[in-house]
This record gives sequence, structure tokens and C-alpha cells, in this order.
Amino acid sequence: MSDFAQHLINGVAAGTIYALVALGYTMVYGVLKLINFAHGDVMMVGTFLGYGVAQKLGYEHQSSLWGVLAIFLAAMAACAVMGFLMERFAYRPLRDKPRLTALITAIGISFTLSYGFQLDFGPLPGAAPRAFPEIIAPREWLIIGDRAVVIWNWQVISLAIAIGLMLILQALVYRTRFGRAMRAVSFDHRTAALMGIPVDRIIALTFMLGSALAAGAGILYAIKDTAIQPLMGLYVGLKAFVAAVIGGIGNVPGAVVGGLLLGLVEEFVVGYSSSSWRDAVAFGFLIVVLLVRPGGLFGRVAAEKV
Amino acid sequence: MRSALAAVLTSCALALVGCEKKASAPPPPSAPSGGTAAAPSGGTPGVTGDTILLGEVGSLTGSEATFGISTRNAIELAIREVNAAGGVKGKKIEIRVYDNQSKPEEAAQAANRLINQDNVLLILGEVASSNSMAMAEKAQPAKVPMISNASTNPKVTEIGDYIFRVCFIDPFQGYVMAKFAHDNLKLTKVAVLRDLGSAYSQGLADVFERKFTEMGGKIVARETYTKGSTDFRSQLTAIKRASPDAIYIPGYNDIGLIARQARELGVTAKLMGGDGWDSEKLFELGGSAIEGSYFSNHYSPDDPNPRIQKFIADYKAAFGSVPDSLAALGYDAAMVAVDAIKRAPSFDRAAIRDAIAQTKNFPGVTGTITLDDKRNATKPAVVLEVGKGKTKYVATIAP
Repeated sequence: MSDFAQHLINGVAAGTIYALVALGYTMVYGVLKLINFAHGDVMMVGTFLGYGVAQKLGYEHQSSLWGVLAIFLAAMAACAVMGFLMERFAYRPLRDKPRLTALITAIGISFTLSYGFQLDFGPLPGAAPRAFPEIIAPREWLIIGDRAVVIWNWQVISLAIAIGLMLILQALVYRTRFGRAMRAVSFDHRTAALMGIPVDRIIALTFMLGSALAAGAGILYAIKDTAIQPLMGLYVGLKAFVAAVIGGIGNVPGAVVGGLLLGLVEEFVVGYSSSSWRDAVAFGFLIVVLLVRPGGLFGRVAAEKV
Repeated sequence: MRSALAAVLTSCALALVGCEKKASAPPPPSAPSGGTAAAPSGGTPGVTGDTILLGEVGSLTGSEATFGISTRNAIELAIREVNAAGGVKGKKIEIRVYDNQSKPEEAAQAANRLINQDNVLLILGEVASSNSMAMAEKAQPAKVPMISNASTNPKVTEIGDYIFRVCFIDPFQGYVMAKFAHDNLKLTKVAVLRDLGSAYSQGLADVFERKFTEMGGKIVARETYTKGSTDFRSQLTAIKRASPDAIYIPGYNDIGLIARQARELGVTAKLMGGDGWDSEKLFELGGSAIEGSYFSNHYSPDDPNPRIQKFIADYKAAFGSVPDSLAALGYDAAMVAVDAIKRAPSFDRAAIRDAIAQTKNFPGVTGTITLDDKRNATKPAVVLEVGKGKTKYVATIAP
């Protein structure tokens, strides 16, 4: 029983990261109907930026709250700028071209980032994995029995951040002028432009928001799994994409629920059968969800989506 | 999905290679003057004027990059030394290195390129057995001698009579750790956690399980993971349920993360592994969690032998770090190759092959190397204990 509880905790911790990355996928898709395959690599870049800032600040293990905030904010801000540039120079010129063109461009950006970061000169990190400093000093938050079940402080912090961000995003989309504009652009960007909505600015802001989220998710991932390397974004990005589709792509709570579900499914498959089944079951789960609810768990077919 | 991605990547790579061939491949910028040694008829492959061209395939990027880079450095060091001492038979040695991104399909491509395009005399590499096997499948039919520096899976040299290695093989490493766990540590209950996608990890784990059971020990849990994962908590939680004395984890860089996560979950069992652990990254990724673990290895930097100490000092001077055992093996592979070229009566590949096969009591950094009739090196292994930022020699276990 205790190992069941431990599996549950592990699964939620893994799912939290998927959920945060999935939020970025879902937002961009909601507005542009574009799967931004470079999203996972934006996360990787954000993680390396966080690593760089942590090194500059000299935080090896222990860190003050302000230090942690500085690391998060610097990485998120830099990634927001990167998201803006990516949208402005790669996706905007292709906006009225067939959707496949933008998709291929996204894959191109993804590979450029993940393989470019393997180069070993200037500020680029090189291919070898690095250990991310323990910026949140690990502490047991809850111990049950003779260390039969252990919950760590960072697991709780990550989950709180994921749920907090989900609530903020939900409020942003449904309670603000910006959110209303986003939904309008999502619905029909030409008509939205006729109504005086600055479509370009809304889309750029959506990209910036999504990329900042990815950077935050990346640092939480690095706190959880320590090793960071330039190819990490490909794997996490694909899994998060699956999570977003399971939850109903374009739907904010759906991304979080999809991420948590996927994390739990993988954890239990590996824990109780074998690791070789993990991906098969994860994608099997995706197929079943899509067969039963083609729009994903929370998606409504042909309803408004952001 | 990862494999789908790999498929996309491979097809891109294939397309690229296809184009190169059509465009009749201009020589890469690093080619010696006068272009590559490609002389389709007449002339000896790999030898032009006053240079001998050797090829190397290594994991310079990707998950095993730390090994590929230290191997490349050590081979470079060996060749620099040989050239500084006047080269071989009046000729300088050059080496062409290709990256395989830690992937077998890329390794095969790189070997193909060295054989057909650069026309090298012989090939050095690789560390991971899956990559070496992919290369050997290309080298054997073309009758190009190949020396693997650190691939310990037995199947590598079984591919053919042109394939050699300068390291011991997996059954021996599995046996060494089983014997150490049973005789030295006196353990009875061990769990095994292996990397499913790696021929190396599978080989060590199989032999360990068999030998340890034969000695009277018990394997209480068998878990697996796939390369590229960074979260091992589910497997470790399952292992914890079986409460073993130790966990045998024949993996690569993953071990640092596995150790951290094991301690985080309250698993107190000792951790044991093979030579794949030996990397500077072990301490960075494993932190304090990895201390007190044991692994089998090819050499120990603590060894006072002057040959070893000279190698360590030279490597440090050139690259600024202590060479891991893969560097030591890379150095030995290059030196065995040079030794064979010296002894061979001609630069003919078949003559070189015969000379390599006759290597006997060669004084290498990783011990005295003799190649047996299966083209494998026979030599003892050492067991090291991981301490704070460095390893400590514990025992030598002979074949």
C-alpha cells in the first residue's frame, strides 16, 4: 500500500511538469491553430538560462527566496523575448500560408535549438549533461512510516505553481480584455481585425506568455530531475503535447488534467509492469481518449477554444 | 514517439547522405592537401605520400558525449606523441573523426563514409557496444580492420575477423561484480536495474544475474528503464518493496540521477555498476548520493605505475582534466593500432589485420594487453569505490 502512495506522489510530480509545458502548447494552439513543436526546446533554452543565472549568482545548493525568484524571472523574461522573436520572424510571415508550412518551420526551429545548443563554444553549453544546482534546498515535507512514503518540499511547490498558473491563465482568458481579444482572434482572426483588435500584438503576446511558461516549467523540471542537456526538450515536449491533446488541445484546465493523468499512467505502468510498456500505454491511452472523445477530455468539438 | 522522431532524423540524415553522393562529395575542409586519399585503383588505401590516414567514429554529441569526447582527446594525444617521435615508418599519422550523435544508425553512416569516401587504413571506436556493432557491420565486409576501444559486449568481435578490441568483455565484468558482491561485500539479496535499449547494459546484467545466483545469492527484483529517461522513481519504488542489500545498475550517465532519486525515496541499498559509470559527470550528477558505491573498471588513476602516471600527467597538461578509463582505452586502442602498423610488413589492410591479431603483452595504460583468438583482450579488472569527487581503488579481480 505504501508503495502505491509513493507511486501516486511520483506520478503527480512527473505530471506537473507535463502539465506546465502542455499549457504553453495549448495556448498557442488555441489562438493560432498551430502546434508549436519548438515549445519543448524553448523550455530547454529557459532551463539553460536559469542554469546560467544560478551560476552567475553563485548559488550551488542553498538559495534565498529572492535568488530563486531572480532565476525564474530572468529565464522567463528571456524566453518571452525569444518567443516574440520566433513568432515575429518565423511564424508571422507564414500566417496566411498553408498550415503545414508553419508546422515544418516549427520542427525546423526545434531541431535548430536542440542541436545548436550542443555546440561547444561561447555561451553554448555543449552536449554533455549538467547538474542543475539545488536552488530549492530539498527538504522532506512529509514522511509516512519508516520512510515508506516521502514527499519533498519541491514536489509540493511545483504542484502549487502549476495549479496557480492554471488558475491565473484561466482568469486571464475569461476575465480580461486581453483574454477576450485572444478568444476573438482564436474564433476568426480576420473578423477580429475588422473589429479593431490588434491581431499581431495579441498573437505575439500569446507566444511570449507561452514561452515564459515553458521556461518556468523547465526550471521546475531541472529541480526535479537534476540533469539538463540540450535534447531534453524533444522528449518532454512530445509528452506534453500528448498531454495537451488528451486534455483537449486549446483548453487550459484540460492541459493540466491531461498532464497529471499522463504522469500517473506512466508511473503506474512502469511501477507495476515494465518500463518498456510506458510509451506504448501512454500512447494507447491517447488513442482510447481520442476514440471516445475526439476533442479530448475537456475539448468541445466546434466550441470556442482558447 | 521518441522512435518516431528518430525515424524522422534518420530519414533526414539518409536524404542528406544521398545528396552528398550525387554531388560527388567535395572533400571536407579538414582534408589533407591534395584532397582525400581516394585512389580507386592502385595505391594503398589510407596511405598517401608521407601520411597515414586513420578513421575514428565517436559519440561527440548526444547522451554518451562525455565518453566520446574523452576518447577523442586521448586518441589525439596518442597520435600527437607518435608523430612527435617521428611517426611510423617515416610517415605522419592523421586521424579523421566523425560524430555519431550516440546513435547506431549514425555510427554506421560514419563508418561507411570513412571506408568509402575517406578510404582510411583502419577504424578506431566506439564506446557503446550498439554503436560498435553498427560500425563493424560495415568494416567487416569491406575488410577494413577496426579496433573498438571500450565496447565490452561479446557480440562486437564475433562479427568478423577484422574486428578487435582492447578491453575485456561483459561476461567478465558481470562476473567481477558478482564475485565482489558475494565474496568481498558478503551480500545475499541484490536487485538489478538495467537499460533495456543498451546491449552493454543487458550483457552485464545477464551475466551478473547468472553468476550471482550460481554463487548462492538471490536476485530479488528485476527492473528496467529506457535510455533518455530522467525519472527513475517508479522503478526505484518497486525495488524498495523488495528491500535488497544492493542494486546492480550497469548503466552510463543515468547512474547519477538514479542514485539521487534512490536516496530521495529512502532506498539505502548499496549501488554497484560497471565501467560505464566512469566519467567526470558521475560526481556532478550523483552528488553525495553516489558516495560509497562500487563499480568495476579498466584502470585506476591511483595506480602508481609510471606508465599510467605519465599518461595521466600528459592528458591533464593537454586537456585539463583527469582521464577517465575510456580515455585510457582510447589511448591504448590508438597505440595498439600504431604498434601493429609498425610491425606489419606492408600497409596492406590484410597485413595490418594479421599484425593486430598477433598483439602480445603490449604494455598499455589499462594493463598488459594480449589479444586472444577471439580478438578480445584478456586482462584483469579493478573495483573502485566512489568517494567525494574521486574514486578509490578497492580490489583487483583476475579472469
